[in-house]
Amino acid sequence: MPSLKDLRNRIASVKATQKITKAMQMVAAAKLRRAQEAAEAARPYSQRMGAVLANIAAAVSGDDAPALMTGTGKDDVHLLVVATAERGLCGGFNSQIARLARDHIRRLLRDGKTVKIITVGKKGNDILRRDFAKLIIERIELREVKQVGFVNADAIARNITQRFAAGEFDVCTLFYSEFKSVISQIPTAQQIIPASAPVVPTADVSASSIYEYEPDAGQILSDLIPRNISVQIFRALLENAAGEMGAKMTAMDNATRNAGDMISKLTITYNRQRQAQITKELIEIISGAEAL
Amino acid sequence: MAQSFKFELVSPERLLVSAQAEAVVIPATEGEMTVMANHAPVMTTIKPGVVAVTLSGGKVDRYVVFGGFADILPEGCTLLAESAIHVDEIDRADIARRIKAAQEDLNDSVDHHARTKAEEYLGQLTTLQGAILPA
Repeated sequence: MPSLKDLRNRIASVKATQKITKAMQMVAAAKLRRAQEAAEAARPYSQRMGAVLANIAAAVSGDDAPALMTGTGKDDVHLLVVATAERGLCGGFNSQIARLARDHIRRLLRDGKTVKIITVGKKGNDILRRDFAKLIIERIELREVKQVGFVNADAIARNITQRFAAGEFDVCTLFYSEFKSVISQIPTAQQIIPASAPVVPTADVSASSIYEYEPDAGQILSDLIPRNISVQIFRALLENAAGEMGAKMTAMDNATRNAGDMISKLTITYNRQRQAQITKELIEIISGAEAL
Repeated sequence: MAQSFKFELVSPERLLVSAQAEAVVIPATEGEMTVMANHAPVMTTIKPGVVAVTLSGGKVDRYVVFGGFADILPEGCTLLAESAIHVDEIDRADIARRIKAAQEDLNDSVDHHARTKAEEYLGQLTTLQGAILPA
């Protein structure tokens, strides 16, 4: 049985922890709002990019399409880009993404494919390093970046397209967490190379045929596809940033509540023990008086 | 008064302009072009340069864009820029930094095709630097 002093110390320390988790929750809430705004601001660009791409992809016939779109025709070497958060303390956020990636890797390895991994974010690297240290060819950290910008995404995309041009892989899949709501983030795998052309609504086909292209459609498309990859990665990073903050908020909310429960339990024990001690002392006095 | 059409300037980070415009000058890769209402549908890539937007009120706004492409339709024009800044907010250091990055790209480029591309981009940037920073 811990002494009264031990209990007092214990309560004080849990209270301090609760203050920290509470503060972290509020910071996460503020950051979440900013991340959500950023994700929303980026939406028009990716939407219009999708529309334009659908238009132009319909105009370019199969043979002219750039390699980034058609792929190498093989399916042997897979590059997985696993984007996670830089920091922990956000519940199952990172491990969810890592688990999805790990299942995917296992399946590919079982099928006899070669797997290469690029990790974006420290946590994903920490988790995947345990099982697949040899497969990780590069790790990108965005720790110094306060707000993910398009330049960061563009640099990653460039890195990937260069590797593709050098024939290092055939298929590239991006792993990230889709931000559904504050309490639910869905880990997602998205194939970015070869890029799947968005489906064109039939009404737009007639419009695309009268387009003039400057320079020609094929060239625009080959300019557009790498840019689209950057946009996809940018979107993934933004979704991740929002998801991380959402997950952190929920995790810290839980932690704060747990700390509260623990404090009330400890306080009850403390009071009970103090009462027991008083009772004991009283009994001692009374029995002492009776003995006289 | 000239007819107006919907003009949108979008960068990956945000929507910069969404307004009715009378005319927009776009630095297309094949030369500058002015877009007005009821323009034939054109899709073009753009090079680093200045986009001048004449809004319906007659006010002219200038933006510096660094590559991207434009989707022009009779009823509107959407400019998807890789990066866009209002001309008042641009600073010398930023362009200098981009030029340096382009130079590094050029030095890093391995095959002939990439080299030509990088050289072209660098040239466009330097022209831009000369054009918008008079002193």
